[in-house]
Amino acid sequence: KHQALSWARAPAACLNFNCMLILLPVCRNLLTLLRGSIQCCSRTAARQLDRNLTFHKLVAYMIAFHTAVHIVAHLFNFEYFMDAQLNRNSSLLPFILSEIGTGDNASFLNPIRSNETNPTIVMFTTIAGLTGVAITLALILIITSSMEVIRRSYFEVFWYTHHLFVIFFIGLVFHGFGRIVRGQTAASLKTNIPDVCADQFEDWGTNGSNCAVPEFAGNPPMTWKWVVGPMILYVCERLVRIYRSHQKVVITKVVMHPSKTLELQMKRKGFHMEVGQYVFIQCPSVSRLEWHPFTLTSAPEEDYFSAHIRIVGDWTQALYEACVGDKTEPQEAWKLPRLAIDGPFGTASEDVFRYEVVMLVGAGIGVTPFASILKSVWYKRIQNNQDVFTKKIYFYWLCPETEAFEWFADLLQSLEGQMTEKGMTDFLSYNIYLTRWKETEAAHFRVHHEAENDPITGLKQKTLYGKPNWDNEFTNIESKHPGTKAGVFLCGPPALGKSLEKQCLSHSEADVKFIFNKENF
Amino acid sequence: MGKIEWAMWANEQALASGLILLTGGIVGVAGQFRGWQFAAYAVAAGVFVCLLEYPRSKRSKGTSVERSGQYCFTVCVKAFGPLTRNYYVRAFLHAAICVPGGFMLATVLGCVCLGIASLIYLVAAIRGEHWEPILPRKEVRKPITESIKNPPQNPPPRPPAEIRRKRVDDLEGAAYDNPISVTDNE
Repeated sequence: KHQALSWARAPAACLNFNCMLILLPVCRNLLTLLRGSIQCCSRTAARQLDRNLTFHKLVAYMIAFHTAVHIVAHLFNFEYFMDAQLNRNSSLLPFILSEIGTGDNASFLNPIRSNETNPTIVMFTTIAGLTGVAITLALILIITSSMEVIRRSYFEVFWYTHHLFVIFFIGLVFHGFGRIVRGQTAASLKTNIPDVCADQFEDWGTNGSNCAVPEFAGNPPMTWKWVVGPMILYVCERLVRIYRSHQKVVITKVVMHPSKTLELQMKRKGFHMEVGQYVFIQCPSVSRLEWHPFTLTSAPEEDYFSAHIRIVGDWTQALYEACVGDKTEPQEAWKLPRLAIDGPFGTASEDVFRYEVVMLVGAGIGVTPFASILKSVWYKRIQNNQDVFTKKIYFYWLCPETEAFEWFADLLQSLEGQMTEKGMTDFLSYNIYLTRWKETEAAHFRVHHEAENDPITGLKQKTLYGKPNWDNEFTNIESKHPGTKAGVFLCGPPALGKSLEKQCLSHSEADVKFIFNKENF
Repeated sequence: MGKIEWAMWANEQALASGLILLTGGIVGVAGQFRGWQFAAYAVAAGVFVCLLEYPRSKRSKGTSVERSGQYCFTVCVKAFGPLTRNYYVRAFLHAAICVPGGFMLATVLGCVCLGIASLIYLVAAIRGEHWEPILPRKEVRKPITESIKNPPQNPPPRPPAEIRRKRVDDLEGAAYDNPISVTDNE
């Protein structure tokens, strides 16, 4: 009694479920919609939606695992089916079962219909076999191009290869259409009861026997019932993205910052953002298919929205040339390239204002979402004179080198100036940490130690060197703000995230509760 | 898709194919399928491909990420010199290895995947890429880093407080010469 078929059908059922789930976490617009509506009920639930990519990957691993089990089981399965055809001995049940339906080719059980073939040929001549091969290949290619190394270095390969999922889903739906999995028909079950008749197979259909020859039919395909819903949702998601991409986006200002950072200030009708959100930007004149994510660095209170784009690869370089080129005099507005924006999409930063005390930690380029937060907090504080719930912000910026500082340092400088004007210098306390430095720079710092403004940033707050002592920082904040809930927001490497999370847990004792939030893209 | 190094993806694909070939071979042998000799071959071929593909090449641009424990494999692969350095050789080698896998259902998947990897390697070879071993960097900055590890125990010597205080009325006279010259190595 070989169980190979059951071993194949079990993962197939799991695969149906997983393939249904895998499309859902990547419907960004749907998620933002859900996030907005859930937030009224439960903020923790809403925050789970931030981990959509993690979920997508987990489901993908499950699909890979179940596919492997399914294939191995079918290998055994087909071997047994082949055995049944090859051992042409009437005293063997498998052979008798294989002979059923040879005449009418409809009521058969064994999908391998003759002994003149082999499993490989059968695989390539059945719908299930062909689709199975196609979708497994698609899956393998998707997985190898999604390895972290490839994804981080050659995003285009990852993105284009990932679209093989279209082939995957089409093949998946048609995988069962050949009705290759057979079961005894209901009518036949009345005339041939398996428990009773299985041992009397030599007498089936003969006069005097209680058992007729059993008849089998193919099971109808089931997969489409599982995946059709998410497929429709995903199609809607792509349509929404296409619609958004056709809305007119106007570039109002282009600013070139030092260390190859390009700032684009844009406007779009009906665009509304929250702090710390991100958008996908497409530039048709650069590439019709590529959409790249960038954090919004402007505050919702401003009348434009902006993104600071670092020029690191092909696409950003081409974008820079389209917007700026090497013209030194200002560009005519109509010469600027047309852009399309998809988004904004929400992240955890929106929760910043719900905390009385906030710790913001940005590592390197991860400081970008905090530009939006700091600006917005400032606007709220002074312009509308609202009583902002947030009373104190501690901002930590960890950076390996001085170069990437400039545009953010400018922002901090202007904030510093405005705060001094309004006499609100202790609202924001910021600390900048240089984690790596060159010998020559260190000498320079030593000499200018006494200067009023920091030699690197020009800010009154001095730059610190090395990594912050988080234990001290947390203890410090704890002692200054007893009995409050402090939110800790990080945008940076996972290692830092783990250590901060540990600190949050260890310092969340009697009075102060530290709640950890992490950004990721 | 300008600056992609195709070899990186070919390497991932080939490693995956090696594993798939190996698994198919093990299943074929363990289940004693018809044609298990092909499965036995697939086990050997799978292991060989995995060993060959495990060490990642050094990227011509950007940082290379090693696979854990790949150093010994790097040394072995490097020992074959031009045979492993050249991607044309690898492309044809993989194409040749994958053919016997096509004769048995259990190993057919490994065969096709390895064939695809071979094609990607061919593209890489045409674009002039080649395999470079990732070797540990020699430490040149050792003496300097050691001096930074020990922070100075005493504060730097400074002139007495009266001179240090900012004399805004006499900026010229307030300037003083630092008694210790500032150089690279203390």
